[in-house]
Amino acid sequence: MTLSPLTQRRLANFRANKRGYWSLIIFGVLFFITLFAEFLANDRPIIARIDGRWYAPVLVDYAESDIFEDGLPTLADWHDRGFREEIEAKGATLIWPLIPYSYRSVVRDLGRPAPAPPSARNWLGTDDQARDVLARVIYGFRISVLFGFTLTIISSVIGIAAGAVQGFYGGTTDLLFQRFIEIWSGMPQLFLLIILASVIEPSFWVLLIFLLLFSWMNLTGVVRAEFLRGRNFDYVRAAKALGVSDARIMQRHILPNAMVATLTFLPFILSGSVTVLASLDFLGFGLPPGSPSLGELVNQGKNNLTAPWLALTSFFVLGGMLTLLIFVGEAVRDAFDPRKLPGGQG
Amino acid sequence: MALLSVRDLSVAFRGREVVRGVSFEVQPGETLALVGESGSGKSVTALSCLRLLSSAGSNPAGSITLDGISVLDADDRQLRDLRGGVAGMVFQEPMTSLNPLHTIERQIAEAITLHRPLSGPALRARVIELLRLAGFPQAEERLSAYPHQLSGGQRQRVMIAGALANDPKLLIADEPTTALDVTIQAQILELLASLKQRLGMAMLLITHDLSIVRRHADHVVVMKDGNAVEQGKVAEVFAAPKHDYTRMLLATEPRGAPAPIPADAAPTLEARDIRVHFPIRRGLLRRVVAEVKAVNGVSLSLRAGETLGLVGESGSGKTTLGLALLRMADSQGSIVFAGQDLQALSTRALRPWRRRMQIVFQDPFGALSPRLSVAEIIGEGLEVHEASLPRAERLARVAEALREVGLDPAMVERYPHEFSGGQRQRIAIARAMVLKPSLVVLDEPTSALDVSVQAQVVDLLRDLQARHGLAYVFISHDLRVVRAMAHRIAVLKDGLVVEEGEAAALVQAPKQAYTRQLMAAAFDLTSNEKATNLH
Repeated sequence: MTLSPLTQRRLANFRANKRGYWSLIIFGVLFFITLFAEFLANDRPIIARIDGRWYAPVLVDYAESDIFEDGLPTLADWHDRGFREEIEAKGATLIWPLIPYSYRSVVRDLGRPAPAPPSARNWLGTDDQARDVLARVIYGFRISVLFGFTLTIISSVIGIAAGAVQGFYGGTTDLLFQRFIEIWSGMPQLFLLIILASVIEPSFWVLLIFLLLFSWMNLTGVVRAEFLRGRNFDYVRAAKALGVSDARIMQRHILPNAMVATLTFLPFILSGSVTVLASLDFLGFGLPPGSPSLGELVNQGKNNLTAPWLALTSFFVLGGMLTLLIFVGEAVRDAFDPRKLPGGQG
Repeated sequence: MALLSVRDLSVAFRGREVVRGVSFEVQPGETLALVGESGSGKSVTALSCLRLLSSAGSNPAGSITLDGISVLDADDRQLRDLRGGVAGMVFQEPMTSLNPLHTIERQIAEAITLHRPLSGPALRARVIELLRLAGFPQAEERLSAYPHQLSGGQRQRVMIAGALANDPKLLIADEPTTALDVTIQAQILELLASLKQRLGMAMLLITHDLSIVRRHADHVVVMKDGNAVEQGKVAEVFAAPKHDYTRMLLATEPRGAPAPIPADAAPTLEARDIRVHFPIRRGLLRRVVAEVKAVNGVSLSLRAGETLGLVGESGSGKTTLGLALLRMADSQGSIVFAGQDLQALSTRALRPWRRRMQIVFQDPFGALSPRLSVAEIIGEGLEVHEASLPRAERLARVAEALREVGLDPAMVERYPHEFSGGQRQRIAIARAMVLKPSLVVLDEPTSALDVSVQAQVVDLLRDLQARHGLAYVFISHDLRVVRAMAHRIAVLKDGLVVEEGEAAALVQAPKQAYTRQLMAAAFDLTSNEKATNLH
């Protein structure tokens, strides 16, 4: 595939912003690693060879009875001392993940009341329920970013479509839509969420759909403005004169113009979505209790000021992630700036 | 000693040289014209004289001396004194050169106070004096007007008043009349000439219009691709051009006449009493308080192979009328196209008819989507109207259309930005022609093009008309082009047809006062030109 000169210049501009370029790489690597969180931090071995047979506990839930004849039909607890002694007696080879705890596994035999400070076993210490902080951060990072991405992408698609229709048709359509948005954005989001949380337990998807109801309006303004401008371009009028259908004109002729503004906004919307989830978790209206979430970690830090590793970890992880996203956003903005020259001049 | 002296000047953008080794001098009280087509480097040369290039541009070589100061070595303080003090500048686009948020008094006052400490009544008196000097009507009453409340000509007068604020020795005018109507152009040029005489200023005039050079300049520098190909006294250069390019420029006015219409030509378009009114709404209930009558009852008819020229100044409703004829603007009145009343059709029912009536726009840069290749642009109409056409056949039709407008079909995979203005206009014409229409509305198809290209496009359009029996509605403010294109001409003013008739008769003997005024502004300069061409 050959890139158009414009795309090439934008790529060069993006790379010229060293900070943003490296931020994207670091963020990408971190995100990629956390995608495989189960292999990185888990309370069960990745691969086990017991009595000449292979097991993959990461992928399959084994009951004890699956492993030895006289085992109970309950889920195997690979940290359990009795269970360990039994399999070791049969000659077991276990390959553990780097961090032998999952986000929900409680560290037993801590030897002191939780929260425990960082140690060789728990690199970032444990939280007040004796769960490994590093494991929770890894899972929390993944869920934050995935939630952010999903929310951003779906709300952008809806927002762009809504903005496009408003801008392209203008007139009454635009007027009604605008008034609707004004009323809709006046809804007290947080109160609605509290009411919702008291009726059903918010899961990942419930939260996502709820936040979508309001976040799609982020982009409509920009896209609407681009379409209002774009519908009077000569090439759009020429397409109309050719008899091209409205949907096709929007998609083929005007949307590419609106994409510049949209893509510039995207990293900032993403970091906004991440913040929203973290703050809801902090307030306790977010993901169900026990979920690995950065907001909940912040809350723990606030409640356990004597355990500074909780507050510091949550601060550096959240702060670091948002900083990376903002730097990437700045580089994207540079890339689409028509006046910016590659090489950082001008 | 020369007031402005430019020696071996080069201008480069990101390392790409756009001006190479240009030298010229402007003596006090004299007008030097920089002439050239777009992209010849004339504007950047002029901007360099005050070091006004954007940050991407630089002057790697050469020297500029203005009023004894070396401009390229001057510090910021000296530059400020030069800009607006020694040299005033007038730009092409009066709408964007004025700040829309400030009154005209404030803008001119700013130009004065930057260079001398005037305030209160003395400042106001000076502003009024300057506006009077620039021929601004009722200067005192209109001090608090904002730019959008003024006409194009008035805005340009405000710009000139600002440029004159500190009695400059040199006035740099960058295409000062290009954005204005013909009658206003003539007035502004008169004004500049008289100011030059009265104040003893020198003038550096940048233009692409040779008739302006002939009438208003003493010396001329002809630029092409960043080089000064010829320079000398205006009379000498025009009488005996030495360089081929100058000769070509002088000879490229659109000439000739359209092919005669066959006697049995079928009527193509019949429009009766077309009205386009834009309501002005006021108040809470958005009641219609008045209407802008953009087109106010125009009737016209057109036969196959015939060109109707629609002539008028900006705001006369000619473009709106063109759009209304294709039902791209809502209108009242009947439009019968090839026996079908278009007004009776729904948007959907109209779609099949679209292929038989096409439009070509003025700006070849705006009319082509920058993100589509030429094949996609030209093929789009075929995709809509002949959806069943196999891809190979569609590409063949695109290639044929390109060949017809004189472009190499091998270019289909390129993008619009790789083409010059003239080539782009040919692509826009190919996009219309590929559908084999019977009516084409040409909305100022030549006015954004360089003179040498204008003539080629006019030839192409006439050729296509003769070959396919096309009916054209040719909208233009340029009477010279209309004369070369049209069989009949209709003169529009304020949405009404002032005069209509056979092209030759109308140009030779206009009956209405307004038409005469238009002809005078357009051909006054050309009649002199003919005289010189006879030498």
